[in-house]
Amino acid sequence: MVTNNEKLLKVEKLVLHFRTTVGAVQAVDGVDFSLTSNRAVVILGESGCGKTSLAKAILRLLPRNVGEYSGKVYLNGTDVMAFNDEEFRQNVRWVGMSLVPQAAMNSLNPVIRVGDQVAEPAMIHLGVKKEEALNLAKQMFQHVGVPVDFLVRYPFELSGGMRQRVAIAMALVTSPSLIVLDEPTSALDLLTQANIFNVLKRIKKELGTSFILITHDIATSSELADEVAIMYAGQIVETGNAKQFFPAPLHPYAQMLMASVPRLRADQDPEFITGQPPSLINLPTSCRFAPRCPKRFEKCEQDPPVIEKEGRKVKCWLYA
Amino acid sequence: MSNNNADVILKVEELKMYFPIYRGVFQRQVGAVRAVDGVSFNVYRGETLGLVGESGCGKSTVARTILQLYKATDGNVYFENVELMKLRGEELRQMRRKMQMIFQDPYASLNPRMTVEQIVGEPLIVHSAATGKEVQERVEHLLELVGLNPAFATRYPHEFSGGQRQRIGVARALALQPSFIVCDEPISALDVSIQAQVVNLLEELQEQFNLTYLFIAHDLSMVRHISRHVAVMYLGVIVELTTRDELYLNPLHPYTQALLSAVPVPDPEVDVQHKRVILEGDVPSPANPPSGCRFRTRCPIAESICAESRPEFREVKPGHFVACHLVK
Repeated sequence: MVTNNEKLLKVEKLVLHFRTTVGAVQAVDGVDFSLTSNRAVVILGESGCGKTSLAKAILRLLPRNVGEYSGKVYLNGTDVMAFNDEEFRQNVRWVGMSLVPQAAMNSLNPVIRVGDQVAEPAMIHLGVKKEEALNLAKQMFQHVGVPVDFLVRYPFELSGGMRQRVAIAMALVTSPSLIVLDEPTSALDLLTQANIFNVLKRIKKELGTSFILITHDIATSSELADEVAIMYAGQIVETGNAKQFFPAPLHPYAQMLMASVPRLRADQDPEFITGQPPSLINLPTSCRFAPRCPKRFEKCEQDPPVIEKEGRKVKCWLYA
Repeated sequence: MSNNNADVILKVEELKMYFPIYRGVFQRQVGAVRAVDGVSFNVYRGETLGLVGESGCGKSTVARTILQLYKATDGNVYFENVELMKLRGEELRQMRRKMQMIFQDPYASLNPRMTVEQIVGEPLIVHSAATGKEVQERVEHLLELVGLNPAFATRYPHEFSGGQRQRIGVARALALQPSFIVCDEPISALDVSIQAQVVNLLEELQEQFNLTYLFIAHDLSMVRHISRHVAVMYLGVIVELTTRDELYLNPLHPYTQALLSAVPVPDPEVDVQHKRVILEGDVPSPANPPSGCRFRTRCPIAESICAESRPEFREVKPGHFVACHLVK
């Protein structure tokens, strides 16, 4: 058997389809990527391309209408997809990897003090006493830059940025090696965003935590990214090192996505991608981006293979 | 402002908007949220004024007070040399035709039970600008203007993507052929890949109809592309106002400097190099703003004078206005 020891997380052919009355929604459709320890991978894409579903598939937080759910997820070399739900809950979620959900600042319980909320996962998953758990919560508050006297406050007494930090503290309290962040800053102001990213960078340095950062905010994500994965219509179309990716993306979709980011200190006008991502129900057999792609040619009628180029992977016929 | 020969379409003078806070059984007024606290600026015909700031700093309140959707506490608003605060009833209603608004959230600002034709045609009917068959023709023309297929007129908002919905919102705002449009964060709810579509559309329409925009945003990079002048707001006051190029090349107020330094650059290499001013803490409550300069609690260079008196909003260079004691 191939060992995945050096990889913290390795996702292979992950598939998550949802059943609906009009057909299967292919939200995650054969996703491969991997992540080494103390690195951050950014998953970028437009809304409706399956980013959040990918996070849910990795953490097995599934709704009721799941159709197909298959593939392999290795965490520290163990195939966690083979676990049953109870084993997964005990050994993987929170302990191995935890989630900061989308709109995390609104996901706190309004009638429980934030300190107790942050301490709760530690009590349940680490089996520690409440006193010790609160102590851990206090340490986490210090890591994320929330004053410790906020422990006894209720969520409504905190600003959006502070609530977001509390949500991050909660994900950290069980000291998982990997945290999945789903759009951690999209509802926050520019200055608060910058502060949250500084917190994440500090945590990465101080605690050695790895991150999967799911976002559509390309510019902000570049701050934390070590690796980049571009998602389009349920698939990853490009992966690579952030240092190589940001100056020169390979896939036409990635190139256009980058060109659409308005620049503060450059004079070129931002561009846009015509059309919208395809519905995830009736996906074309051609390249999924072909209908919107300015560089399409005859070959694009067929599904492109994943091609390796200078250590990066791109799913596009242009590089075949 | 120094530029006297240009045609001022909108003149705002010392505008104040306080929202009362009531407490207790008798609902006594115990204080006020000073959402807008003395704001003055001019907007010139055919140009775009960008208004930027963090959420809760009063950007939208300024816009709504200008449009007379709120009754201002104090101050004056002149639109095409008419004092808007003094208008009542039918006169105000007629004035409203010239001032329209595009809203932030295209998912929430279109009635899901109305067809596109009803949505875009409603202002025409309300203001009796068209009747019967004429409404339909005007709607079709408007949809073409914003780049939508006129055959979509019978569809409902949920059948459109975010970018298309925002176009419907633009068509509705254009229906009465206004001269001034408030764009209240028109792109912040859209994917970055389609934001430029809407901005380009707004620019084309501006050229075609000589429209004037007040463009509210928190995204400094997009504001740079569309505005000629930019005003920066903090906690109910404008702290800096100047031309776009001057603001981005030579920001004088420490708050503007912090905002600009926080704008991320999509390149890790560049990001490492440029120095960031990170402001700690949150915007103070507008119900109980700090004494003196409102920014002093977060300002990296604040001195004792900043707590004592409120800095005057003054012209430090031709066309460059700043409210800061420490800017020479």
